Amino acid sequence: MDKTWNNKAWFLVLPVLVLVAFSAVIPLMTVVNYSVQDTFGNNVFFWAGTEWFEELLHSDRFWEAMVRNLIFSFIILAIEVPLGIFIALNMPKKGWGVPVCLVLMALTVIIPWNVVGTIWQVFGRNDIGLLGYYVNALGIDYNYVQDPFDAWVTVIIMDVWHWTSLVVLLCYAGLVSIPDAFYQAAKIDGASRWAVFRYIQLPKMQRVLLIAVLLRFMDSFMIYTEPFVVTGGGPGNSTTFLSIDLVKTALGQFDLGPAAAMSLVYFLIILLLSWVFYTVMTNYDAER
Amino acid sequence: MARIDVNHIRHSYLPNPQKDSDFALKEVHHIFEDGGAYALLGPSGCGKTTLLNIISGLLHPSHGQLLFNGRDVTNLSTQERNIAQVFQFPVIYDTMTVYDNLAFPLRNRRVPETDVDRKVRETLDMIDLAGLAKKKARGLTADQKQKISLGRGLVRSDVNAILFDEPLTVIDPHMKWVLRSQLKQLHRRFGYTMVYVTHDQTEALTFADQVVVMYDGGIVQIGTPAELFERPRHTFVGYFIGSPGMNVLPVALEGKTAKLGAQRIELPGVPKAEAGAVELGIRPEYVRLGREGMAVQVSKVEDVGRHKVVRANLEGKEIAAVIGEDDEVPAEPKVRFDPAGINIYADSWRVEMGA
Ligand SMILES: Nc1ncnc2c1ncn2[C@@H]1O[C@H](COP(=O)(O)OP(=O)(O)OP(=O)(O)O)[C@@H](O)[C@H]1O
Ligand SMILES: [Mg+2]
Repeated sequence: MDKTWNNKAWFLVLPVLVLVAFSAVIPLMTVVNYSVQDTFGNNVFFWAGTEWFEELLHSDRFWEAMVRNLIFSFIILAIEVPLGIFIALNMPKKGWGVPVCLVLMALTVIIPWNVVGTIWQVFGRNDIGLLGYYVNALGIDYNYVQDPFDAWVTVIIMDVWHWTSLVVLLCYAGLVSIPDAFYQAAKIDGASRWAVFRYIQLPKMQRVLLIAVLLRFMDSFMIYTEPFVVTGGGPGNSTTFLSIDLVKTALGQFDLGPAAAMSLVYFLIILLLSWVFYTVMTNYDAER
Repeated sequence: MARIDVNHIRHSYLPNPQKDSDFALKEVHHIFEDGGAYALLGPSGCGKTTLLNIISGLLHPSHGQLLFNGRDVTNLSTQERNIAQVFQFPVIYDTMTVYDNLAFPLRNRRVPETDVDRKVRETLDMIDLAGLAKKKARGLTADQKQKISLGRGLVRSDVNAILFDEPLTVIDPHMKWVLRSQLKQLHRRFGYTMVYVTHDQTEALTFADQVVVMYDGGIVQIGTPAELFERPRHTFVGYFIGSPGMNVLPVALEGKTAKLGAQRIELPGVPKAEAGAVELGIRPEYVRLGREGMAVQVSKVEDVGRHKVVRANLEGKEIAAVIGEDDEVPAEPKVRFDPAGINIYADSWRVEMGA
């Protein structure tokens, strides 16, 4: 078929381009602009070159936040993915249980971030919080305000509570797409429960799992609101992740230059990781 | 290998079946002899798959018993029954190679690896996929995948029975023919009990010694292909088998004659029919078209290759007749019914004819 070329069609995408320019490109360029300059206020700027970037890459504070964040993302994935698969496998496939489970699962995902933070902030307090109070009553010394380990546990449990159901819902979607004939054939072939999981269910979930891992990684790598509300990055700097650190630099100290440099590095890391995931996923598709 | 007794089995997919129509299988009572090759033939929705799944244990029947060699297996799991089953659409394990797919049922049963290798290679040769043994199964075409499914059904030699649920639907006609003759060969060599579901009558008639015709959740007739052709027990079998199907005409009986409108048809004997709707069944092959007999109006002549099918109107009823490739339809066509081909049905079931 011959394609009709008509350059006027570009005008149709113009509104989107303008919108994206205002919402993404122009702000990003402003950030780039800040990252290479220095200011002492009054809108007076000095050229700073790559100074902020060099300073950032040599700053312990940045690397510590980065390592903390990577460990956090790793723990989140290591818990949420297997747990999500496990729950999805045990959800009912038909009957009245299906809508009930789906609604229960969707519930945590639709709660706003800051509300989640507030819920757990109160829930974990050892004077009035249900969790904090009873855990202490059981004789376990738990105090997320003072103990870094307890703070981590709280933030991790909160994230697992909040986001495991996303993994569950994605895996469940993969599971229900498996025709009955596969399970029947597996029975005929004498496959064990593990073999059914390994050779039928896991391959069918592979694609949605990649998406789940990608989403959970990105989200946990950018996590801000919930730990900010619960621990404020403390005690000390123990739960200060990259984005919290960024906000402290930019708004707390009003160091626009270093904060802009940090944003760009942060942005590049996420871009790079997304690209890696994308490549892995498309290669996987091509292999099929 | 086993003799399979299907003992008054009824099955409903509903939790509380009340009426007869709630049952997908109304009542099936039949013995599949050890080493027999059976075809299950019937229209869509008549319960063929349901019956197979009950035999293999994928379904538990609502009523009745299943015996293998006289032993009650109704409550045994699929695995304990040791049955192979091939489904209508390909089921393959995507991430495994073709070889591993075939080895899977054996390895699950802890067959020693040397035997696995021998059996898998044999089967690969049989389904003509030896060249693809090392390939990942997911990249294959639909008919290659179906051959793998078939292979997984054939790879175990110690099974009680092999059940095929329309296994060749997705396979092209030539390959279909090749695979079917291989299945027959295999049957002769190893004497498996085989049940083969299809709704293609040629497939059923060429594969099986015994054809089981099902209709609306029950078995209407079991017989050799010739019996089904000559003496259909139910008008449904008459319609369903043969191409075109049997002519079924409403008649009134009067001793040794049947009255069709103004026509009187001589019967080979006196039908033992009680009151009820009486019909006369005659296959197009036994309708003689010529210059004597009952006058008909010919509406259409179809040339179907080795013979012609004549569609005509007899006393306001449509009938079909088969004539030779070179025969012509006479100017004033008339038909005669060969008495050898006449069957009488009361309420759709065939009745015997006395002297
Ligand atoms: N899982 C099920 N749940 C409820 N009803 C079912 C189920 N499977 C089959 N049925 C019904 O049972 C009847 C028999 O179905 P079955 O699949 O055994 O027919 P079939 O002879 O194999 O047909 P086909 O030639 O289309 O495969 C049909 O009326 C069908 O609608
Ligand atoms: Mg079926």
